[in-house]
Amino acid sequence: MDTGIKEYILAIITQDMELVNGGGCPVFLAANQEEQEKIAIYISRILGGIVHDLENGVYFICKH
Amino acid sequence: MVIIAGVLAGFLDRWILLRNDYRHYPTYPHGHLTHLALGFIAASLGAVAVPAIAEPDFVAVTFLVLAAQQFREIRNMERETLNKLEETKLVPRGQDYIEGIARVFEARNYLVILTALLSSTVVHLWGWPYALIAGPLCILFSGRLMSGSFIGDIAKIEKAELHFEGAILKVNDVVIMNVGLPMTREKILQEGMGVIIKPKDDNARLSLHAPGQRLAIIHDLVSILGTKVDINETELMPMARKQVDKGYLALFLLANEPDIDYLIEIIKKVPVLETTRGTTLSSFFGRKAAD
Repeated sequence: MDTGIKEYILAIITQDMELVNGGGCPVFLAANQEEQEKIAIYISRILGGIVHDLENGVYFICKH
Repeated sequence: MVIIAGVLAGFLDRWILLRNDYRHYPTYPHGHLTHLALGFIAASLGAVAVPAIAEPDFVAVTFLVLAAQQFREIRNMERETLNKLEETKLVPRGQDYIEGIARVFEARNYLVILTALLSSTVVHLWGWPYALIAGPLCILFSGRLMSGSFIGDIAKIEKAELHFEGAILKVNDVVIMNVGLPMTREKILQEGMGVIIKPKDDNARLSLHAPGQRLAIIHDLVSILGTKVDINETELMPMARKQVDKGYLALFLLANEPDIDYLIEIIKKVPVLETTRGTTLSSFFGRKAAD
């Protein structure tokens, strides 16, 4: 049986901590766009999730 | 002679109805053997019914009815197997499809019993040469009976364009999903295929509305054309989403064999599932509302 956490934000990757508030999942701060994408790919591959873009510079990872 | 004719006709019927096709089911050779064996038992059941009644041996007839109950187990057996397989599938079949397959397997055995029964009756009444006519007729008839309708009958399928609006992937005007990584977006634009499935009437619209039917379409596509989904890389998962205002489906797929013409042909050949078939046009209010 597959018992993972689904439909839940597993990690947030941002370049600007101002845009993220509160907890519930780890938040990763990236220095630039390139680093942000790299972290997002790594975490999404490890967790089997999908990277979503909120179009304000915040990426988050969710498993569906 | 009566029994042999019945058993032969029934067994042949089962054999012809048992096709190993692209849906990877039933497996070969063991899945085949199981069903042929059950088909043989079903054929024997049907064949001995008439001689038993003619005897007359009503105890034997009662036992036959009891034995026929066993075939209800086939549906459970198929459902269980397919459900087990579902757990490790990257692109699932969906419960509706599984239920459909299980029902078909059960129903085929009843057809076999019927074929055997009719053939042996004909032999009993008029002699064996007539079985040569009755047998093939029954087999033909059961083949006709078991073929349902296909997506190609209820919908029109057209090529469509994949494009992005910011992070949102769209097929024509239908939103599919939010794709975050620029790398993935580029890959989707280069290798992805999109089609629009337009239902021909209200019944078809309801059939396509069912998530089970969409899963069935996607499963058939993936089992022929392949997919670029892997364990822990589910970003390129094929998806079918509805245009909520107009009721048509948009489908998106990254296949190993990117051939859009065959993709359309495959979708046309996907069966319309019994459990999801829309029947609004056969209801009074459905017809009234449909204009």
